[in-house]
Amino acid sequence: MQDEPTPVELTQSVADFLRSDITPLISGHQAFKLRVAINILDLVTRQLTQEEGTDAKEVERLRALLGMDGSVTELNRALAERIAKGEADLATPGLSEHLWATTMDKLAVDQPNYASYKRELGRGG
Amino acid sequence: MIEPQLGRIVGSWYAGAIGVANSKRLSGGASQETWSFDIMQPHGLVGAILRRSPKGYGAAPTRAAGLAAEAKLMQLAFEAGIPSPRVLYVLRPEDDLGTGFIMQRVEGETIARKILRDNEFAAARPHLARQIGGILAGLHRLPQDKLPKLRSRSATQEIAEFERDYRSLNWPKPVFELALRWLRDHDPGPSAEETLVHGDFRNGNLIIGADGVRAVLDWELAHLGDPMEDLGWVCVNSWRFGEIDKPVGGFGSREELFAGYEAAGRKVDPARVKFWEVMGTLRWGIMCGGMMQRFREGPDHSMERAMIGRRASETEIDLLRLLAPRGS
Repeated sequence: MQDEPTPVELTQSVADFLRSDITPLISGHQAFKLRVAINILDLVTRQLTQEEGTDAKEVERLRALLGMDGSVTELNRALAERIAKGEADLATPGLSEHLWATTMDKLAVDQPNYASYKRELGRGG
Repeated sequence: MIEPQLGRIVGSWYAGAIGVANSKRLSGGASQETWSFDIMQPHGLVGAILRRSPKGYGAAPTRAAGLAAEAKLMQLAFEAGIPSPRVLYVLRPEDDLGTGFIMQRVEGETIARKILRDNEFAAARPHLARQIGGILAGLHRLPQDKLPKLRSRSATQEIAEFERDYRSLNWPKPVFELALRWLRDHDPGPSAEETLVHGDFRNGNLIIGADGVRAVLDWELAHLGDPMEDLGWVCVNSWRFGEIDKPVGGFGSREELFAGYEAAGRKVDPARVKFWEVMGTLRWGIMCGGMMQRFREGPDHSMERAMIGRRASETEIDLLRLLAPRGS
């Protein structure tokens, strides 16, 4: 077991330092790049916080859909192949719900301010 | 710096020019550069833009039309009355500046979020969707016998090409697979008429002022194909920049776009437009994947590129909204 602070806490502390202490000192293209850097650290923080829980649920759904076991990557590959071969489509029970849940979990990490995501979140998904 | 070289040749193609000043690099990667500069003449300064590939970067990527074709298309558009910069000069080998061209600088804004938010454009915004319809109709009517040599692409070929691009990423994405199947099932076949297609006509590639669209830029993906492709691409959600209920670039409705197009004497096929919107959404998603791959393997190890890789999921939610909408 590793010591603390946790990776999430460490990453957040760097993002906070850049945001509050460095941003006021920088302008122009470097300021734009600094904003990108802070966005990356925020994304990493969200992923570290959420990934374990959402991956576990994704694997559970994929097992039920596919009737097989495997890692989250292996199961996604298997589902992609089935859709490509026409063995699974939107008429397959649970597929649409699974893709929506998985995609919402990705947006929560990648772009929680994306307008389509916020609209769909408002639907209670 | 590029200024001395430009200064040496400016007199040969701009009457009365005595030099150039204020050159600055605007954007672009290693293979393509955009520079802004001023032509000095006795009565004052004339704003100009240089687009060029430096020497050794002449070969265009397979999908690109090439800078010579871009110059030709912009000049044709200008002559046809489409908002476009006037092309002032096409570079020659003896200029020692690489390949490319120089055009008049059009003042205005290209940053999509500013155009959608700033007061300066408030009066223009409600008219833009319809105006864009009219511009696209004019563009699709450019005389084919005058066009430079361009690749021709049908929907069927595009689907196959995107599928190949996607598979080469080795990036299993069930939502992309679903979209590929939908596209194959809804392939409208060859278009009844093949026209010039701009290929990247969207909010972000237009210069806009308080009076509306002033110039159409970025012709590098121009090709021959189904004119409805341009109408679909301009509606892709990523180019609405948050204004998701205004499909045409965040400006207005499809109805306004279609009305502007038809008022200019051309027919809209809404089913084909929808097909190309789905195709365009997937296309941007696969391009995000390409950015990820180049970030990982290529020389451009930039944070911006890395973060564009993480934008693929925005196209997944938009594809689901198009193909598997929930409730209403």
